[in-house]
Amino acid sequence: MSNDLLDDLYRELILDHYKQPRNNLNLPAANCAADGSNPLCGDQIHITLTLTDEKVEQIGFTGSGCAISQASASMMTEFVQGRSVIDALDGIAAFQTMMTTSAPTNAVGFDDIDALIGVSKFPARVKCASLGWKTLEQALSTNNGVEVTTE
Amino acid sequence: MTDKEHRAELSVEQIRRDFPVLKRTVGNDKPLVYLDNAATSQTPVQVIAEITRFYRDHNANIHRGVHTLSVESTDLYEGARNKIAEFLGAPSASECVFTRNTTESINLVASAWAKSNLQEGDEIVISEIEHHSNIVPWQIIRDELNVTLKFIPMLPDGSLDVDAAAEIIGPRTKLVAVTAMANSLGYITPLADIIEIAKKHDALVLVDGAQSAPHMQTDVAALGADFFACSAHKMLGPTGIGILWAKTELLDIMQPFMTGGDMISTVTMSQSTWAEIPAKFEAGTPNIEGAIAFGAACNYLDNIGMTSIRNHEKELTGFALDKLNSIEEITIFGPSNVEKRGGVISFALQGIHPHDIGQFLDSEGIAIRTGHHCAQPVMSALNVPATARASFYLYNTEAEIDHLTDTLKQVVKYFG
Ligand SMILES: Cc1ncc(COP(=O)(O)O)c(C=O)c1O
Repeated sequence: MSNDLLDDLYRELILDHYKQPRNNLNLPAANCAADGSNPLCGDQIHITLTLTDEKVEQIGFTGSGCAISQASASMMTEFVQGRSVIDALDGIAAFQTMMTTSAPTNAVGFDDIDALIGVSKFPARVKCASLGWKTLEQALSTNNGVEVTTE
Repeated sequence: MTDKEHRAELSVEQIRRDFPVLKRTVGNDKPLVYLDNAATSQTPVQVIAEITRFYRDHNANIHRGVHTLSVESTDLYEGARNKIAEFLGAPSASECVFTRNTTESINLVASAWAKSNLQEGDEIVISEIEHHSNIVPWQIIRDELNVTLKFIPMLPDGSLDVDAAAEIIGPRTKLVAVTAMANSLGYITPLADIIEIAKKHDALVLVDGAQSAPHMQTDVAALGADFFACSAHKMLGPTGIGILWAKTELLDIMQPFMTGGDMISTVTMSQSTWAEIPAKFEAGTPNIEGAIAFGAACNYLDNIGMTSIRNHEKELTGFALDKLNSIEEITIFGPSNVEKRGGVISFALQGIHPHDIGQFLDSEGIAIRTGHHCAQPVMSALNVPATARASFYLYNTEAEIDHLTDTLKQVVKYFG
């Protein structure tokens, strides 16, 4: 079966992250956490972080939802692990730009994440891909604790 | 009435020729397989032609002029009302009020009847399997009027607990508002039983017919209900037009819903008096071509016969339940008895989110609905965030269901 349209959305790498999510755990020693959900689709993300000296030492996520939402969250955790908060926030902005412009970011550490570019051609799925990133943004922002939604 | 009962089996091939959209392809040149009929049905050329004809030959405002076009437009509009009244089994066309859709019909009852006829301590009973449009208006009435809102519970197979209904509906119940067929799981409710219980307590009954009117014979007079709501766009008609049927004595005591032109009898600068029903509820210039096309849709359905349509869908649903159950990873929600289920199949594939299912099917030309189907209470009772839903109509075929089944097997391989 040739299914180019679909393969552009569900690239190999995305399915790999979906089937074997990275950092898929709740960190017991977390000092920061946030929840995100898309009630209309039922996507849910819970992230926990250990933040030290303006740096994301460790991040874990758990959740349920479509392949895009879970793979994107998994990729997000790989990206931010060990990065400074400033870099993490830049990453969030770069991801959002990719979703709205459909152009690869070429950002440092985005090699895998650029695979999500196909999502930008499916407007209904952009909110799925953005959920993990918005949840991270929430965790890093000051008004931590309010659940986010990308709907 | 027509001799619907005597009509033979549907000629699906012939019917499909009436629906131009069914000839198109989607995605990579895949023939469209349209299985989202519970959301909106497709439109036959006979209905599309009426819309075009109205604008080409007649277009004028109604009830307002002596000139030829206005008189013709009025005749077409009122003729459609007559046709729809006949289709629904309404004793009188003046009991059929044009609205935008089922949602507006229900809101009309909430605003024009409930607000001026209910008081603190009264009870409204709905069910757990209602569409949001038959939940939210009653929550608002509950909060505004301090009345109590009660729910007939759903059983695990998606059916309603009628024994519980007999307990819940009581002397304080003033209105029972229930669906005739649930859009989420396709369950056909035991309306006769529920209406009998309601009538023992002199409660009025509103039937949400959005899903039943397109697929089953409707006879509002025989049903014994007081209000009946449906939408044209789910029954081969256009969007933006629906019906509220209500008994004359109720429409007479109800307050206007919206006010302005067309719904008044006399206006002075200090006060106005209301027009007769149904005009009292149709303020402003209505969706004239929509009403006319709705009438044409009822004609089309009548010509084929609702009994034949229901039988065709029953067969398709039985066929689909068998086929789909051959997929190991599937869970099908709702009753398994096709006598109690319309042509709606909500399902889950183990470990695969409905959106991914829907996206994959779309790439193979198959249109289904994924999500909570505006029935979040049903989803939480089933303990799922969302389901995938295939829903059938008179033009669907067994070959399409085979294609659905085969493609779902590919979905399992792809995401599993
Ligand atoms: C059972 C039921 N009630 C009400 C509605 C609302 O219909 P509409 O959106 O046409 O107002 C629907 C449509 O989805 C439905 O299935």
